[in-house]
Amino acid sequence: MSVLNIAEVTKTFSGGTNAVDRFSLDVAGGELVCLLGPSGSGKSTLLRMVGGFEQPTGGRITIDGEDVTHLPPERRPTGMVFQSHALWTHMNVFKNVAFGLRLRRMPAKQIREKVEAVLELVGLAGYGDRMTTQLSGGQQQRVALARSLVLEPKILLLDEPFASLDQHLRERLRDEVRDIQQRLGITTLFVTHGQDEALSMADRIVVIANGRAEQIGRPDAVYRDPKTPFVAGFIGLMNLIEGEVKNGHFIRSEFTTPLPIADGPATLAIRPEALDLTASNAPTARVHRVTDYGSHGLVDLDLADGTRLKSTVANLDLFQAGQGVGLLPRAVAAYRENQQIYRS
Amino acid sequence: MTTLAPAHPRIDWSGMVLALLLTLVIVGPLLVVATWAFTEVWRYPNIIPQQFGFRFWGQTLGRPDVWNALILSLRLSTVVTLLSALICLPAAYAFARMTFPGRDILFFSFLAGHAFPKFGLLVAIAAIFLQLDLIGTFWGVVLIQLVGTLMFMIWIPVAAFQAVDRRMEEAARDVGAGPLRVFWSITLPQAGPTIAAALLLSFVGTFYETEGAWLIGAPGIRTMPILMISYINNQMVIQYGAVLSVLLWVPSFIALMFARRIIGGGAFARGFGG
Repeated sequence: MSVLNIAEVTKTFSGGTNAVDRFSLDVAGGELVCLLGPSGSGKSTLLRMVGGFEQPTGGRITIDGEDVTHLPPERRPTGMVFQSHALWTHMNVFKNVAFGLRLRRMPAKQIREKVEAVLELVGLAGYGDRMTTQLSGGQQQRVALARSLVLEPKILLLDEPFASLDQHLRERLRDEVRDIQQRLGITTLFVTHGQDEALSMADRIVVIANGRAEQIGRPDAVYRDPKTPFVAGFIGLMNLIEGEVKNGHFIRSEFTTPLPIADGPATLAIRPEALDLTASNAPTARVHRVTDYGSHGLVDLDLADGTRLKSTVANLDLFQAGQGVGLLPRAVAAYRENQQIYRS
Repeated sequence: MTTLAPAHPRIDWSGMVLALLLTLVIVGPLLVVATWAFTEVWRYPNIIPQQFGFRFWGQTLGRPDVWNALILSLRLSTVVTLLSALICLPAAYAFARMTFPGRDILFFSFLAGHAFPKFGLLVAIAAIFLQLDLIGTFWGVVLIQLVGTLMFMIWIPVAAFQAVDRRMEEAARDVGAGPLRVFWSITLPQAGPTIAAALLLSFVGTFYETEGAWLIGAPGIRTMPILMISYINNQMVIQYGAVLSVLLWVPSFIALMFARRIIGGGAFARGFGG
């Protein structure tokens, strides 16, 4: 059953630009949905409209069937975790977490119990007396999470919560947050521009560009079958090649590959791991650089006209800069006029 | 083993000279006044007084006009500071957080009072006050001294409110606080130390203000600094003025010590957008 419903929501800023453009989304109870997009795509604005910090210029937002479109943040059953933590530095950890409960006039004993329980949940048991400024970035983010969770919101909103943390901590926290989210079964909307975060945490991903949903789907589906060139280029590494289709063949420079679609311009998408390199007497590409990532190798290639492609290879020793190779795509997708028209 | 810092740090001579000069210029006169306050006999050409003592303290503190002036000054400064806070803090919040027509012009108009030669402005105001029967009254002086506090009490709190992270306020809204509650529980405490600095500056500034107090208040209202001036001008005994000067240090000294404890160095700088 859908807990959060966003229907045709539009946000037009005073300059006339549409930050969010007729966006619709249904989020089921207990689901974690990632809003993934580049900066300026409107994903944060969308989240802030769900939280009540921005007013939509059109459309409706309902939570559990109740229209909250014009309710102020304090009257919405949502809990927001900000990128900057936004902890209140003049209060200690306990007071930060207890503030919302105190506003609800809960008895002090009950507040203490709830705050201690939630601090335990986020791994900060015994930290209540610390000032927030004495905590590390990761601990501050846990406090921010606890502050939202303690109120048992119907929807948890996370606005790039790990952006200010280093790589290791980010990976650890995202696992923890996912664990907590699943254990509590709390419906969550998560904004990020990091595809790793989205792919590893989300039940569903919404790829946003220019205020519109480019694609909505499970992480594996979005990765394997991107429906627009934007999604193809945004999620994971992807070779996007502009070219012409003639007589069932895609042509770019000296590279051709069978493509059974009507003649005309097309964009071909090939994952580096789906682009095999072959020894060839008539090479179509030249090796530019070979990079060893430990677990795999990545070969940068140039077509004759300078188009740069990437291929993932298992055995690096076979390749060196300047070498000519043939290209053999194992799986391709083709796009025309921003729509997917072919997939092998 | 190599270290970047030399074992014996070189003495920074130019810095020492500068510090010494500053000490001489700032502390020197204070020292002379302080010495005079505890002197009973000091005749030319002696470098130090012939006789120290507390005789003039007893005489000064025994005068009822000194006590009246002190109490009046404290009352004036307190009333002016409180009124100023009442008027300026909401205005400062509006300037910092709201947009309304004429905002920038209004904001800079608070500087206007300081852009003119002050005495000219005061004379003009005095002419108006004369018609309103405010000359020589407590509230007349309160009004004129309010003008002097406006700049501190608007500009510093505006900077303080602007420095408060919007996200903190939003986070408070998010957990259920209404706008007023957010202001009271989040914005004000966050801006608090800097606002305290502004209040302190207002209080001390008002306490020592003489031009307005004299022009509007005379002859009925005699504040501490005005009393001191009249002692220095009309009495041949230097010690009366010196004792009063030392007395007048006390409130500002206490205020500054207090300020250092609760505010810390950064707040003043932050108040001025530093």
